[in-house]
Amino acid sequence: MSGWSEHTGIAVGLPIDNIDTDQLIPARFMSQPRSDGYGDFLFYDVRRESNGELDPEFVLHKQTSATVLIAGRNFGIGSSREAAAYALLDAGFCVVVASSFGDIFAANAVNNGLLPAQVESHTIHELQQFVGSDAVPCTISLLDSTLSIGVNTFPFTLDESWQKKLISGWDDIDLTLAESKRIEDFRTRYFEGAPWALPSPNTANEHG
Amino acid sequence: MSVIVQPTKTLLDKLWSSHEILLREDGSSLLWVDRHLVHEGSHHAFAKLKARGATVAQPDLTFAVADHYVPTRDRQRGRDPVRNHLHIADATINRMITTLQNNAHEHGIEMFGLDDPRQGIVHVIGPELGLTLPGLLITCGDSHTSTHGAFGALAFGIGATEVAHVLATQTLWQKKPKSMRIQIDGQLPEDVTAKDIALHWIAKLGTSGALGHAIEYCGSTVDALSMEARMTLCNLSIEGGGRFGMIAPDATTLAYVEGRQFAPTQTQWSAANAQWQELHTDEHAKFDKDVQLDASSLAPVVTWGTSPEQAVPVDAFIPALADMKPEQADAARSALEYMGLDAGQMIEGISIDQIFIGSCTNARIEDIRAAAAVLYGRKSKVPGLISPGSTAIKAQAEREGLDRIFIDAGLEWASSGCSSCVGMNGDTVASGKRCASTTNRNFRGRQGRGSRTHLMSPAMVAAAAVAGKIVDVRRISKIGATT
Repeated sequence: MSGWSEHTGIAVGLPIDNIDTDQLIPARFMSQPRSDGYGDFLFYDVRRESNGELDPEFVLHKQTSATVLIAGRNFGIGSSREAAAYALLDAGFCVVVASSFGDIFAANAVNNGLLPAQVESHTIHELQQFVGSDAVPCTISLLDSTLSIGVNTFPFTLDESWQKKLISGWDDIDLTLAESKRIEDFRTRYFEGAPWALPSPNTANEHG
Repeated sequence: MSVIVQPTKTLLDKLWSSHEILLREDGSSLLWVDRHLVHEGSHHAFAKLKARGATVAQPDLTFAVADHYVPTRDRQRGRDPVRNHLHIADATINRMITTLQNNAHEHGIEMFGLDDPRQGIVHVIGPELGLTLPGLLITCGDSHTSTHGAFGALAFGIGATEVAHVLATQTLWQKKPKSMRIQIDGQLPEDVTAKDIALHWIAKLGTSGALGHAIEYCGSTVDALSMEARMTLCNLSIEGGGRFGMIAPDATTLAYVEGRQFAPTQTQWSAANAQWQELHTDEHAKFDKDVQLDASSLAPVVTWGTSPEQAVPVDAFIPALADMKPEQADAARSALEYMGLDAGQMIEGISIDQIFIGSCTNARIEDIRAAAAVLYGRKSKVPGLISPGSTAIKAQAEREGLDRIFIDAGLEWASSGCSSCVGMNGDTVASGKRCASTTNRNFRGRQGRGSRTHLMSPAMVAAAAVAGKIVDVRRISKIGATT
């Protein structure tokens, strides 16, 4: 994952609360390898009419070059599927702005370089006024945690460790392996204190 | 495990500190993982591992099970007649299960495959096999991992990058969540269950009610719940935004765990018990959020919308839009349009097209018995599927003769898997069809594109089957189908 500190792109508004992971990507597509690309799966059912045809009125069909999605409250609630972040990224999005995020979705987003920018509810309403369903250029700075549209600048909230991770593009596994000695010491101490925490190999246990 | 006893610690504090390897300046903790459960959906994580040429750090603490994609019907008929191996017609499903088998084999991970009598839904078999124990930290690439918290474990769902991290290091970076206590006191009325408690608090606090918090459930009602019911309660934590749900272990917990296949034996059992005694929130410990509920006033709850927070007692009406906050009214309008219902309508009496009893939320033996007690000697007016939570539960139910009750009622008795809860294994609800379901999510399209899901308890689903519409199970006579 490569890091980034500033992004300039097109913002688009999808002013809906509780956009869950099943709407972001229906489960039936998650068997595909990531290398196939997940962009076409984003909002797969949401962007279609009941006859299966693409809905020309869906905002992402009007704004095909959008990179910043301005949503509502509780974005990404539900499943732990990281595919929800893949679908957004592969469809070209770098940032989702919402007044709250599902905990697991937000972590998955950051682990893939997608910024979950949390703003106050009133800011969401203001931003939605700016973007409407038109394409609006905007700039996001990770360094000072702001989103700018025209002359207006709005702050967003981002956990410090997530900010660092997005900017540096750090790989957690590398960071962790650098702590191998401490992990090994912990492990030794841990199993001395709690040998029962290892799964019992006793196959004689045949309860229910 | 060194549980440090200090007078003002919560259960969360104790579980967190006993697994914390180090604490970074930015507040992130590196945590030791005791059990890592993987399933077919973990293929992304194994691919990440392969891409960096990494191996699994602790295959002995990692367990694989086929549940998300497995077919629940025709498993026997689908057998390859020559090799007696399962032959799965659907190429995608076959590939998903084979990929998991190959990954498990390559990394030396014990796998409970389709042919294994221990197979079942990951959050059902973990406890059933004694892999889930008090005091452990348990992760799985599934948001309902909070289920295992019912044993006093720190259990939470993670994404694929985190799954790959646990596979490679047996550890995980996490920020400690805030603490939240949901205290539930009073006697649950008859036919009111853990499912109803959960849907009630989620309706009351909303789907973000526990966002960023680890929930501890306590109180006299919780003390009186069986382990099956506690698992249902903890399972649904995520639907209220809580990634963690937990209950301090007690005699009920120990009685459930003792003797399970992977549970501690003999001297280890005593040592474990001694440490588990400390796993409770100390008196006077402070929580960031405190909620109190009175169980004695609860009724069976049913969802009417496309979010678990859109729920009412079965004897109530779908709220009028005028009674809601503007943003709630917008969401309700759109949900009702999708569900084909009207604001102000009575929830009872809504016709259904089919039923589903299954999932990690409500497919344990107690759930199957509760549904069977309603369906005994009756016919279902609509088609439906019963998928027990595990192959062991299926066998137990069959020993008790419960399968006959469902089959005689005209319902389908299937094998175990995530089935119609997630709609990616062939078990789906057709567009526009209305399903009374024991599952956890009534999201748009969750059970299949255009599906309309009403969440409720197993007995309520059984009652809906008998009536062909949503009805109050409290008015239906039941038979004690089993002891």
